[in-house]
Formats: sequence, structure tokens, C-alpha cells
Amino acid sequence: MKTTQILIAGFGGQGILFAGKFLAYKGLLEDLQVSWLPSYGPEMRGGTANCNVILSEEAVGSPIVTDPDVLIAMNLPSLEKYESTVVPGGQIYVDSTLISKKVERSDVQVFYIPATKMANDAGVPTLANMVMMGCVLKNNPELTFDGTAETMQKLVPAKKANLVELNMKALEAGRDYAG
Amino acid sequence: MAERVLMKGNEAIAEAAIQAGCRHYFGYPITPQTEIAAYMAKKMPKIGGTFLQAESEIASINMVYGAAAAGMRVMTSSSSPGISLKGEGLSYIAGSDVPAFVVNVQRGGPGLGGIQPSQSDYFQATKGGGHGDYHMIVLAPASVQEMASLTIKGFNLADKYNMISMILADGTIGQMMEPISFEDVEVEHYDKPWALTGTECKRKHNIVNSLYLQPEVLERKNFERYEKYKVVEENEVLYETYMMDDADYCVVAFGIAARVAKNAVVAARAEGIKAGLIRPITLWPFPKKVLRDAADQVKSFISVELNMGQMIDDIRLATECRRPVTLCNRVGGMIPSPDQVLQSIREAAKGGN
Repeated sequence: MKTTQILIAGFGGQGILFAGKFLAYKGLLEDLQVSWLPSYGPEMRGGTANCNVILSEEAVGSPIVTDPDVLIAMNLPSLEKYESTVVPGGQIYVDSTLISKKVERSDVQVFYIPATKMANDAGVPTLANMVMMGCVLKNNPELTFDGTAETMQKLVPAKKANLVELNMKALEAGRDYAG
Repeated sequence: MAERVLMKGNEAIAEAAIQAGCRHYFGYPITPQTEIAAYMAKKMPKIGGTFLQAESEIASINMVYGAAAAGMRVMTSSSSPGISLKGEGLSYIAGSDVPAFVVNVQRGGPGLGGIQPSQSDYFQATKGGGHGDYHMIVLAPASVQEMASLTIKGFNLADKYNMISMILADGTIGQMMEPISFEDVEVEHYDKPWALTGTECKRKHNIVNSLYLQPEVLERKNFERYEKYKVVEENEVLYETYMMDDADYCVVAFGIAARVAKNAVVAARAEGIKAGLIRPITLWPFPKKVLRDAADQVKSFISVELNMGQMIDDIRLATECRRPVTLCNRVGGMIPSPDQVLQSIREAAKGGN
């Protein structure tokens, strides 16, 4: 595995930071070097939130994602702001329930997932973030769905164990989405 | 190897402090370091320690002074504007020669500034901050692991030399999560016969004080303190070098700037430019010798900083201005990109100085 730079962006409250934490923990359990860097400004309160995750076999240099290999856009401002930064050949994942605009670039791989609708339909309306993650794990060649349940158990505190199942439901919905 | 866990840099400081034996935390919340206080608030009551949110930064630093005088391992943490408020207390602690541990997770200034990462308190940390002739040991972590290891080291050094040691971090390192294990630095213990612990009528009472009205005595105190500083400068310098063996161009950066600079050094090497990095880990004592030696080897230096150029003065002094030193910087909460640093290295190489 090379160094993979991942940028997750959307509104505050969509679970952007949690989604990033999930990927970071997953990398940790796979013995990778990882870094997780949140936006921590006032924008977290309902404005835009983003999260930089780097997974690498070598020590992570700068933890700041400047040229993402993977962009996960969960609102329109995020797509518009970061579309141009994705490396050629990279991947863009778009929550198509919330973003009707299409990606303009032709040198990247694009996945449109109606994640917010799928989360609602699955009875886990707050977990569109994890629907997106399920889709990313399935479609990114550097990542794998294996070990997901283990990661969730590590990530969710014991007293909220019931959330593991709900998160897994969302992740599996994302994984099984046929487009 | 101990299990690796993911932690925020701020939490790593708090956990490491507890492992170092710190049982007294006094602070006042401020972004981007509040996780330290939150962690302490949660943990200290469970282990018989004290967490106290004071009414102000000024109160909290003076509580630190009091607990330090009693020989306790004690700390406070804040961010830039809050550290300015603590300046008077820092000077009193330094003037009383008691050990204390202080964290500054810097944000952009001056004034209230912003809440995004910065390194613009370099002067304040390394040249004083409060009034009078004094130094603090200043440690600059560049990873979450170092936030922990340098915290334990900071407590050790403070007790060893009866000085303040300060972690000078920034919002990025404070907020980011990385894997960390707690095993790489040993906790040291030092006797504190000077501490105010109660005489039980068995010994002469101790006095902790920074007031010396007789100039002859005050002068002697200052001379003695600087003799101690000389020992610190000789023995406690820490730095990391990266690809310096055959380097023609030397990037100098600390903390988060060094992380960015490392990417740029790798990119420069890929273009055939022989770049290397010196990363000061102690900002005071400053790694003068390695820079002086590097000046014999490299054609120029590039100082990468999140300020208007503060460490650059120390580089020029250490190298006695024998080589050009250029500045690559962003300020106000912005961070240079690896590309910006690479561009500065390219320009240095083009100049062929």
C-alpha cells in the first residue's frame, strides 16, 4: 500500500469526524501508520466540517491532506471546494441525495451514492456517513471491508454497544449498493 | 511492544502527565488545548489528584507556583493569549527556582488572534515571556507520540534543574490523532529538600521566594541561575536530522512545520536537489552546534516557520551568518504546503549560494 490521503467533507453534524476516525482506527488495526486531523473551528457548529486522514506503510509526514487520493463529499460546498484538489486517477464519492451536481472532471473515478436516502430507508437516518464509508471500503483498491466489525467494536464505547450493529447496517448498505 | 492506541495530541499530553506522576492540574479553558483540561477533569478525581478550573489564567499559574513550591509535580496548559496572562507567574516561578510544567498549544496572534495553528510564540517561549533574565526549557513535539514522550521528559527536566519546562506545540499537533504507545521515556524522581512540606519542628524552615532587595544578592542569584543554564545548554539539547549526510541545502523547522518540511525534502531529493532537514526538538537550549557544523557543509539554510520569522534569528546566530538563511512561512493560522517549501528549496538551489 502506498500512502493514501483521504479528505472527508460535509456539514457539521453529519458525522464527518467520526467517519474519519473509523478509517483511522481501521488503518491502525491493519498495522498501518495513520494520522487524523479534524477541522476544529467554529464551522463545526452546522457549517462545513472536514477531516484529513492519511494511511501509510511509512511514517506519515505532513498530516495535512493537500492532494487527496480519495474525496468523500457530503455537501455541495465541499464538492465545489475540493473537486479540483483530487489527484488525477483518484476517487470522488458523492452523496447524491444532497448533491445533484455532477463531477466535472474526467480524470478521476466518481461514485454517486444516495447515502442520506439509503440511511433513512435502512432506519439509520444519522448514519449516511457510514453508508459512504461502506462504499469507499468496497471500491477503493487500497482499502478492504475485512475487519470492519472489529474496528467498530474498538471505536464504539462498551456502554453504547448497540451502536455497533446500527453502524454495521449502514456500512453493509454502502458496501452492497450496486449503483 | 505496548498496544498502539489513537489519541489526540492534547489527550496524549494529559495522559503522559499523569503517568509522569503529575497529580495537580490548574487551568482555564481556551481553544485549541481544552482537551487537556477535559481529560484531567475526568481522570484526576479518580486517582486522588486535583483538577481545578481557576477563575483566570493568572490565578491558575499562581496555583501552579504554590503547588510547585510544595514540591508537587504540577502543570498548567493554555494557548497563546492565555500564556501571555501567565507571563508574570512564569517569571516568579523562574525567579524562585522551582520546577513546573507548562503547555502552550499555540494559535495565531497577536491579540486574541484566531484559533488555528501557529508558531508565533517562539520568541515568547525561548527569550523569556515574563520579565527578568530567565529561561525555560522549551520542547517542540512534532507528533502525538512526542507530545507524550516530551511531556514525561519535560517533568523530568523541570525537577532535575528546578526550572520551568514548556511544551511549545500548535493547534494541529494538539488536535490531530495518531497511534501512540506509552513506553519510551522513563519517569525520573528527584529529591526536593527545598520544598515547603512543613518542618514538623525538626528542621529549619524552607523559603521559596523571588524577592531579593539587596542588589548584591539578586545579582548572585542571577549569576548562579545562568551557571545552571549553561549546564542545561551543554547537556540537554535535542534535535533530529533527516537526510543531512550529503545535503547542500538545509531546511530548519520544528513541530508541525517540520512534518511539512520533511515531505518537501523528499520531493526535492526526487528532483535531484540534495536537501536535508534539521529539526530542533529543544528550542531552548537551541541546537547551536549541529547548525554551526551544518554551515560548514551546506550552501544555504531555509527556515520554515508558522510566524513572521522568529527562529530564523537563532539560526543566523548559531551559524554566525556564514550562509544565507531564507524564510518560508505562513501566519495567522495558515500552514505552508509541502509545495511551498519545495519551491523555497528550489529557489535556494537555483541561487546556488
